[in-house]
Amino acid sequence: MIDETNIPRFSRGVRLQHDGVRDQWVVLAPERAFIPDQTATEVLRLIDGTSSIGQIIDGLAGRFNAPREVIAGDVLGMIQDLSSRRVLRCDSMGTPA
Amino acid sequence: MSTSSPDGINAPPPPLSLLAELTHRCPLQCVYCSNPLELEKRGVELETADWQRVFEQAAALGILQVHFSGGEPMARPDLPVLVAHATRLGLYTNLITSGVMMDARSLDALAQAGLDHVQLSFQDVDVEAAERIGGLRGAQARKLEAARLLAAEGMPLTVNFVVHRQNHARVPEMLALGHRLGAGRVEIAHTQYHGWAFVNRAALLPDRAQFDAVTGAVRVGREQYLDSLTIDYVTPDYYADQPKPCMGGWAQRFLNVTPSGHALPCHAAESIPGMVFPSVRDSSLQEIWTSAPAFLRFRGTDWMPEPCRSCAMKEIDWGGCRCQALAITGDAAATDPVCARSPMHDRIAAILAERPAEAPATLHYRRYGSSVGREAELTTP
Repeated sequence: MIDETNIPRFSRGVRLQHDGVRDQWVVLAPERAFIPDQTATEVLRLIDGTSSIGQIIDGLAGRFNAPREVIAGDVLGMIQDLSSRRVLRCDSMGTPA
Repeated sequence: MSTSSPDGINAPPPPLSLLAELTHRCPLQCVYCSNPLELEKRGVELETADWQRVFEQAAALGILQVHFSGGEPMARPDLPVLVAHATRLGLYTNLITSGVMMDARSLDALAQAGLDHVQLSFQDVDVEAAERIGGLRGAQARKLEAARLLAAEGMPLTVNFVVHRQNHARVPEMLALGHRLGAGRVEIAHTQYHGWAFVNRAALLPDRAQFDAVTGAVRVGREQYLDSLTIDYVTPDYYADQPKPCMGGWAQRFLNVTPSGHALPCHAAESIPGMVFPSVRDSSLQEIWTSAPAFLRFRGTDWMPEPCRSCAMKEIDWGGCRCQALAITGDAAATDPVCARSPMHDRIAAILAERPAEAPATLHYRRYGSSVGREAELTTP
């Protein structure tokens, strides 16, 4: 299981990119591409390979009018799901990249 | 990714993927090759600058992914230059390769160029059987070495196996090999009976029990490798009652450019007689995508005959495959005969009934100037 100390990053071969022609964010991955919903996009845009999940939650809590624990539950669930699908991978704090 | 149906002839949704067939040259001669029977020669191939222009137009049009294919795309010395150009344009780059021309140096050049992903093909896990299908002695060892180099580089890897009556029993070993090689994905793809595979169908088509066994092995493998391997399974049309949405619909998501620069809505489209396919030498991809008659011909649902026209599935399967309709019914505009509602569906049953109990010993190898019916030169074991 992951927790707020984990640092998520995109797996090699996966990236978030703005599609200028369709004006939407898109995740490009081996043999597929998908459009994250608005909430997922906000989270994925904060994944930079150095921020922990906790820091990502703090960033979102500062911008959106919702209790931190609600945001934390959504973010942890989403990152867990995307990690199990190998879109993201999560390193523990201090683990070399 | 979701797509909507076309708003109309003037505003088709932009395509998502470009299959760039850089060359038809290939050291292998796979008997189910998806290239056309008439292979294009080196002398007619697009130049580096032509492909760079095509990628610029593709990115501007909305294409997100470029699949570098062939033939063997590594037969083009400018491949790293082309990958680098596509990468700079923000295109996701995928190399579809046999691996037999890969070494540490060529892979390093591709990785430096920004290559995102490699799809590496294997013909079998059994060396003798693999090299009989591919027609190249020594290919298996070179492929295994390519896989080792890719894993060492950390390159995201899909391993592909085409399955048929001669290798259907080895799917568990195929999945195990993919896992052992460090692939993130394994594709188990039943042979699609077009082009060379259509010619070799009697030697390739599995029977129902063999097909069911493959499906079962994939199901078991998905549980066994749940956390470590994604398994893509491409089912065979002939054992279906519902056609596949071929290419996600004609000219709706996908664009193919042949080595000489013909733009096609699918890689087999040139098998359809009487159609004129535009060249990227004369027109931009934007012009081709929006208004080339060959792209408009089967786009959307207006072209459909009955029973497609009044069918609830028409925007799900888009009438199936035009090339298959042509190959089996003689009419590219017919309902795909795989569909149980097709008036020609009994022809599929007839093909299955005519399947010989013993696979013919002769294979027709994919090669230049090989007219269909010429005997195989590679000795069979």
